[in-house]
Amino acid sequence: MRSKWHWLIALDIVAGLAMLGAVYMALIFAPDAANLASENEIKAQHIFYFHMGCNVGAAIGLFTNFIASILFLVTRQRLWDGIAVSAAELGLAFGIGVLASGSIWARPTWNTWWTWDPRLTSAAVTVLIYVAYLMLRGAVEDPGRRARFAAVYGIFGFVSVPITFLSIRLWRTIHPVVFGAANPDARGGFALGPNIRLALMYSMAAFALLAITLLIHRVRLERRREEVEQLQERLTP
Amino acid sequence: MIYLAGGFFVVWAVVFLFVLSLVQRERALEREIAALRALLAEREGDDRE
Repeated sequence: MRSKWHWLIALDIVAGLAMLGAVYMALIFAPDAANLASENEIKAQHIFYFHMGCNVGAAIGLFTNFIASILFLVTRQRLWDGIAVSAAELGLAFGIGVLASGSIWARPTWNTWWTWDPRLTSAAVTVLIYVAYLMLRGAVEDPGRRARFAAVYGIFGFVSVPITFLSIRLWRTIHPVVFGAANPDARGGFALGPNIRLALMYSMAAFALLAITLLIHRVRLERRREEVEQLQERLTP
Repeated sequence: MIYLAGGFFVVWAVVFLFVLSLVQRERALEREIAALRALLAEREGDDRE
């Protein structure tokens, strides 16, 4: 039984090594940004590589939740509901990482831990939407109804993700735009030189691998839970 | 430097807590599965007698 999971152990090791590589790329390989004012701001800019990595992890989780929710409603297979809840949990964890690392980066850059900027507000709302998703699941006892309600909620809840992504492109905001047009209103924005770009791409890839590995573990846990329910049904006279 | 350390710490803390919660939940489920299987085996033994 356990031998069929050997590939997952190998994936754990690869993801762990990739994350150690991401630490090296963020702290040692990536140069300091040239156009920032204070020493604190220059050092804190290196948080960027993990902040963006968390964004990738959150995007993988929340997009998987969206797709799995649709597939559950189409097929009514429990597998998709298990994947949806696993992905929502993962997306929420990385979403909290995004908010926390962003807030710490904001302190030396914007001189505040938090501001009700469109990007920060939409990101916080997204996190709260998925907190509510997990609370909704906890509040419905019948597994069939729980899966249906959660799938519908997951599909509508996902609307907040593209809004968060586009917020810095659509509205006036102090948050830098990393990909695409530069934001003239950004405070603490910087251009991506070749080494910064390489470190960023590597970090995002490492976080994507970590997110996929954690998602597989979480889905596996959900299958264990189904096994418990099946055994309980067999024991029920 | 303190902000850089803080930023990295929170991200690693989130990942660590997520992994820890997975490990704890998996252990609890393994224990439950073992207990249920033992109960099932016991019940099937009783039925044969």
